[in-house]
Amino acid sequence: MCNVCGCGTGETRIDGEAVDHEQEHEHVLADGTVHRHSHGPAGQKWAPVAAGHAHSHGPEGEHVHEDMDGSLHYGHGPAGAHAPGMSQAQMVKIEQNILAKNDGFAERNRSWLAERGILALNLVSSPGSGKTTLLVRTIEALKRRVPVAVVEGDQQTSFDAERIRATGAPALQINTGKGCHLDAHMVGRALEKLAPSDNSVLLIENVGNLVCPAAFDLGEAAKVVVLSVTEGEDKPLKYPDMFAAASLMLVNKIDLLPYLNFPVDKAIEYALRVNPKLQVIQVSATTGAGFHEWLGWIDARLAEAVAARTR
Amino acid sequence: MHEMSLAEGIRQIVEDAGRSQGFGKVKIVVLEIGELSSVEPESLRFCFDVVMKDSIADGAQLQIDPVPGSGWCMQCAETVPISALYDPCPKCGSYQVQATSGTEMRVKELEIE
Ligand SMILES: Nc1nc2c(ncn2[C@@H]2O[C@H](COP(=O)(O)OP(=O)(O)O)[C@@H](O)[C@H]2O)c(=O)[nH]1
Ligand SMILES: [Mg+2]
Ligand SMILES: [Zn+2]
Repeated sequence: MCNVCGCGTGETRIDGEAVDHEQEHEHVLADGTVHRHSHGPAGQKWAPVAAGHAHSHGPEGEHVHEDMDGSLHYGHGPAGAHAPGMSQAQMVKIEQNILAKNDGFAERNRSWLAERGILALNLVSSPGSGKTTLLVRTIEALKRRVPVAVVEGDQQTSFDAERIRATGAPALQINTGKGCHLDAHMVGRALEKLAPSDNSVLLIENVGNLVCPAAFDLGEAAKVVVLSVTEGEDKPLKYPDMFAAASLMLVNKIDLLPYLNFPVDKAIEYALRVNPKLQVIQVSATTGAGFHEWLGWIDARLAEAVAARTR
Repeated sequence: MHEMSLAEGIRQIVEDAGRSQGFGKVKIVVLEIGELSSVEPESLRFCFDVVMKDSIADGAQLQIDPVPGSGWCMQCAETVPISALYDPCPKCGSYQVQATSGTEMRVKELEIE
């Protein structure tokens, strides 16, 4: 595992191979040291130290020493500011977003994709909502006019990647082991291996989970959340982060509506309550209902990606 | 939420800081966690203790400074307090409230030896 960015968990596998870190990159640390090692750069971003910031342990008004190395030492205040004999706390300012590392990798993926005019969509849902079935049908419809590549995320097995490869589209399986979501570093590695063509569509099937993938930006153009009519219509309220993070909701399995008591309008109303900008398309991955609209949505986004191509 | 991943992110940040700034033991890790971030503090504490084992913050105390949630209500055209993301505006009941603070998940500072 990379010690500086801690990126390899030792469990993640891409197409069965443990994720290695062959690609050299560098971290610029707070003290200006450049640390070179393998795999993609997040570019350490240390927030500038805010001198004079009152912190939570010490009394107000104490002053702060900033060392050459950027560390801060609190508590060497004017004489008498501390009770005698009390050891003085040494504080180091960090001010770093906990997910900053992932966000750095995601931005790198985003510009890699933008350079090539590739439209990347991150499909998220509960297990069994029909993501793989949707992908297979979508690829069948698109493949004659636009190249499609797929990144498949699952905790175990490469069944889904095999289902995709049966369509003729290149697919790479990422097994996250105990990880419950794909992260941007895994996807960056997958992009290098998969090498999708310019002006193409990259479909990412995330691990079936409506919670964690919401927080992990992969560098995609849009998250597409799939809600099937065999689930509860209140899912958008129970898992609001995911519906808020998505640009499009596909209501899947509408072929089953005659046999169920699923209030589609309520589900859509709840989703819009959480995200007023969310677009909604009702589809069936088995009959192809609604696919005209869904494919049209992809075409429009792809045209944007191609027009904005930066290379 | 994914408290385990968050704890791993915290460990990386702490280890990076120790390496670049040359300290070897962390006594207190101070986080800023927004009320709207959907982080479970208790679950995070549990994961923190597990994940920090054998790091420079093994056995460190975790201090979580909560950041209250607030949002901009488009109807009222003002900032209103909210206690959960996607809650209605407490004044007018509208759902058109954009969170403006309380979503942060940051490592704020460390107390070191
Ligand atoms: N009736 C019906 N079944 C579907 C539809 N889409 C997927 N399924 C079924 O739902 C199950 C789970 O689908 P899958 O694509 O593996 O879901 P994933 O876990 O989200 O990738 C399979 O048995 C599919 O055949 C649909 O539109 N209608
Ligand atoms: Mg699947
Ligand atoms: Zn209001």
